[in-house]
Amino acid sequence: MLAHSAAILTLALLAGIIVSLVIGAWPSISAYGLSFLWRSEWDPVQNQYGGLVMIYGTLMTSIIALLIAVPVSFGIALFLTELSPAWLKRPLGTAIELLAAVPSIVYGMWGLLVFSPILSTYVQQPLQAVFAGVPVLGALFSGPPVGIGLLSAGIILAIMVIPFIAAVMRDVFEVTPPMLKESSYALGATTWEVVYRVVLPYTKTGVVGGIMLGLGRALGETMAVTFVIGNFNQLESLSLFEAANSITSALANEFAEANEGLHQASLIYLGLVLFFITFVVLSLSKLLLMQLKKGEGSRT
Amino acid sequence: MSSVATSQAAQHQAQRMRKHAARKRVNAIALVLALAAMSFGLFWLIWILIETVRLGLGGMSIALFTEMTPPPQAEIGGLSNAIFGSLLMVTLATLLGTPIGILAGIYLGEYGQKGWLGSVTRFINDILLSAPSIVIGLFIYAVVVAQVKSFSGFAGVLALALIVIPVVIRTTENMLSLIPNALREAAYALGTPKWKVISSITLKAARAGVITGILLALARIAGETAPLLFTALSNQFWTSDLRQPMASLPVTIFKFAMSPYENWQKLAWAGVFLITFGVLVLNILARVLFRNKS
Repeated sequence: MLAHSAAILTLALLAGIIVSLVIGAWPSISAYGLSFLWRSEWDPVQNQYGGLVMIYGTLMTSIIALLIAVPVSFGIALFLTELSPAWLKRPLGTAIELLAAVPSIVYGMWGLLVFSPILSTYVQQPLQAVFAGVPVLGALFSGPPVGIGLLSAGIILAIMVIPFIAAVMRDVFEVTPPMLKESSYALGATTWEVVYRVVLPYTKTGVVGGIMLGLGRALGETMAVTFVIGNFNQLESLSLFEAANSITSALANEFAEANEGLHQASLIYLGLVLFFITFVVLSLSKLLLMQLKKGEGSRT
Repeated sequence: MSSVATSQAAQHQAQRMRKHAARKRVNAIALVLALAAMSFGLFWLIWILIETVRLGLGGMSIALFTEMTPPPQAEIGGLSNAIFGSLLMVTLATLLGTPIGILAGIYLGEYGQKGWLGSVTRFINDILLSAPSIVIGLFIYAVVVAQVKSFSGFAGVLALALIVIPVVIRTTENMLSLIPNALREAAYALGTPKWKVISSITLKAARAGVITGILLALARIAGETAPLLFTALSNQFWTSDLRQPMASLPVTIFKFAMSPYENWQKLAWAGVFLITFGVLVLNILARVLFRNKS
């Protein structure tokens, strides 16, 4: 049957991606093995490669993004499910979803040319002035406040993943049986208490699944990060203002010009690492969301 | 004796009022924060749109659609070859990806609700839906570009088609599952074979939803840059030959926006304006279409 083979094609696609990446990365895998993951030099001239700088950049920007996006998305979901008047629900929900539809290159260009100068003048410079002498925070906020680097990449990623996380949270909040909510309202609970003590525990797995989905998105985002991260291989300073590099931006910048051989293989190796990480994160997200769905039938 | 009881009761009452006030305060703070979060989200959308319009409208002109991408610091120039390349690749990718997506969606929605193949495919498809698009580019590079030893528009089309497939699968399956089973059973009761039930009853009933999915997939790939970077690459000249590297709007924007040349940056903003509003219009169209039919 035709439909049957189309479904099998989808499975073959995934297998094909993994196999072709492993084959492409093989020269680098056999040269470095797993030590690729914690080697930090990346030197096309000397033909020495290690992925630590990019992996660190990818993880760090995603963590910053989640720190900002999770509370905001929770607030948006709370607003859309409990506070918003019914006639506003749809337009506001659509507006947030449109935020997800804006192509990432638009975020990137806007981030580089509009957002980063503003971030530099109104956020980074004051932060530096305040935290200049403080031990840990001072180190985090040191470096040239040019508006390009880990922090701005993280903020832009946050804006990009908010709609994904908020949409999942809104949807899972809505599956909470109204009876549970109404019972607690009847006992005199405030809106916040209902959300925090009834809705959130009930939808816990779904909320975590949504956050994981956002994380998967943030890890794999390419263009927006490439524009604002600065594309500079360094790990000496822990500063969030310093230009850095991520897996995706290294691929976007270097791959088309990389000479065949170890350089290209190492870039594909990076791609493989990225695919592996996102695969794990997205699988977890999917499993958690599925678990919530399973419970839905039995508990209501 | 009774006065002690009343004072105790009063104290109790006061304590309860205090607690009540505290709870109400926490509630008010939380709700204000939720409102702030909502405005925070809208704020970025509005800001980005305003900047896009402000900086993009300035670059709008006839030349944008008739002239080719200029060298740095040239007086004139447009994006015609990039716009053409984007339109060509996006159209071909949709034509290529949609039938496969619909077929696999039909399998999931009509045949494979129970078996292992259905649930595994559904799971994998949801992961492919959010997988980093740059990895798709790497895949096509390894499978096509490295074998042929040349970047080509055709490779770009393939990469985009691979992004279309999961989106279409997902919406097709969802839409088919919304069709009431009674409709299928009625058709079976008349002795209709399964392929006929699917092609002329369920798929027809789900048509609006399936078209919505295709529109969303179109909107998604119209703005995709990462998978084109090392498949279609870019081209300064007009080409409709799919064996040649081909320019596309997003890749050209990327190249121009990162450059220090003023005329390139201006064209990049004009391109961003075109893409953003194209994509937003497609999205809104998809929603309106779906709402009218459902």
